[in-house]
Amino acid sequence: MDTLETIKKRFSDRIKNIKIHSDIRIYIEIDKKDLLDFAKFIFNDMDARFITATGVDNLDSMEVLYHFSIDREDVIVSLRVLLDREDPVIESLTPVVKGALNIEKEMYELLGIKFLNHPELKRFLLTEEYPEGVFPLRKDSQKGKK
Amino acid sequence: MKKVIVPIGPYHPLFEEPEYFALYCDGERVVDVEWIAGYNHRGIEKISESKHWDQITFLVERICGICSTSHPIAYCNAVEDLAKVEIPERAKYIRCIIGELERIHSHLLWVGLAGHFLGYNTVFMWAWKYREPILDIMEMITGNRNHYAMMKIGGVRRDIDDAYIPIIRKILEDLKPKLNMLTNAVLDDPVLAARLKGVGVLTNKDIKEFGALGPVARASGLDIDVRRDSPHSAYGLVEWKVITQNEGDVFARAVVRLLECFESMKIIEQCLDNLKGKKGEISIDVRNIPPGEGIGHYEAPRGECFHYVRSDGTGSPLRHKIRAPSFNNIPTFKASCIGETISDVTIILAGVDPCYCCTERAIVAYDVNTQKKILDGSDFIRLSQEKTRKIEKEIGVAPSRWEEKNWERDN
Repeated sequence: MDTLETIKKRFSDRIKNIKIHSDIRIYIEIDKKDLLDFAKFIFNDMDARFITATGVDNLDSMEVLYHFSIDREDVIVSLRVLLDREDPVIESLTPVVKGALNIEKEMYELLGIKFLNHPELKRFLLTEEYPEGVFPLRKDSQKGKK
Repeated sequence: MKKVIVPIGPYHPLFEEPEYFALYCDGERVVDVEWIAGYNHRGIEKISESKHWDQITFLVERICGICSTSHPIAYCNAVEDLAKVEIPERAKYIRCIIGELERIHSHLLWVGLAGHFLGYNTVFMWAWKYREPILDIMEMITGNRNHYAMMKIGGVRRDIDDAYIPIIRKILEDLKPKLNMLTNAVLDDPVLAARLKGVGVLTNKDIKEFGALGPVARASGLDIDVRRDSPHSAYGLVEWKVITQNEGDVFARAVVRLLECFESMKIIEQCLDNLKGKKGEISIDVRNIPPGEGIGHYEAPRGECFHYVRSDGTGSPLRHKIRAPSFNNIPTFKASCIGETISDVTIILAGVDPCYCCTERAIVAYDVNTQKKILDGSDFIRLSQEKTRKIEKEIGVAPSRWEEKNWERDN
């Protein structure tokens, strides 16, 4: 549990919620304004590997999970950020982790989450003919089909 | 010099899905690479939300034809993590055997194609010939050469019969000297060394920034392997080692892949030892998936395959996120291709082993100004092969040593 202790020690007052699923799977809920600080600390100082990010439509909120793996301890830490579903905006992780470039593009077009300061937030998977403002991976995308 | 865009794709056998790459070239040099994906986006994450937990095992098997057991293993790991289920020991060994057989056939497939791109068609024919017996084993155990449908949540679907074990052993025993010969032939060859060493170099820093995985990361000295770092199945119960190289070039990636085949054989043999003469459950019933979330990963032949599932206690997942290794490996072209010549790009793009599942290449170069065709797919392979011939002449190796006459004539 060294990983969790290290993160707790560094950001004791900024963690909103911790869910310990098992010794090797930890979910930490944080505020969206703290994302870059957490990511910088975990990725650079704790030498973690960025796996990917998952966007989830909860219907009442939009959720983004950033998965980091600390391979030497066999722990996967997932940072959970909840966003307003009507206007999901969050700071881009790409300036910190280059590998987040494409997954953020994917979340942008499939779920409609906007990433601030992303170097090239444009169509990546969907065709050019696909209507703007329709996000296929949202739970209500059938209803919202134009 | 005119600046030329060389589009690769959208439909291109170098990649497991049709994808589009634009190489911006200044003369022979590549100055920038652009990637647009999604041509074969099948919406599997969305389909998954409408399927039953048990059906998804077969759905995710269809993500990729070559590493078709990696996704089911990673998915089962994720659901088992969610439900906190421990699979029976016999199932663990069987999962390992299938996974490692797949790794051998996938790596041999890559070696063969890499040989073809470089103009060493003998390597291509050797590697693919030696891959066949592995597929025969698969057919014997699972009934299919690919898409084995062996995994299920809570274990595996078919047992490996004791009668098969001596046959599998014999095939692996016969394969070893041949693979040894192939490995030595590739590693000792001066032309291959001249052609691949120092080409498409990725540094340790590049790997970490892009999050590259698998043999690509291990060839650049990053000692990561999910099988060892997060031992699931029987990987923690058998002896084997992680192969790494420090050079980071295409040659190092070939070395890693070839040597990994031998490690895979070691794992399979130990697993067979543990299956022989023993009886046991091969799966447990997992009836209800409780609400919660689970993460599973597995070291596919190309790198870590990652699955995240979330359940609300119903029959299908609320969200199922899949991250295949090539998603992280392909962006490394930004670091490895720039500054290289067009004739080397073929092998650099092939070097990260984005799954090859088609048979044709669709690569065409157009003049930016006139839209006139300059080069097409066969020209790129020819350019690559011509470079090998030139190097052969320079270092005084007779081409006939490698090339078989019939192939020369056909190509």
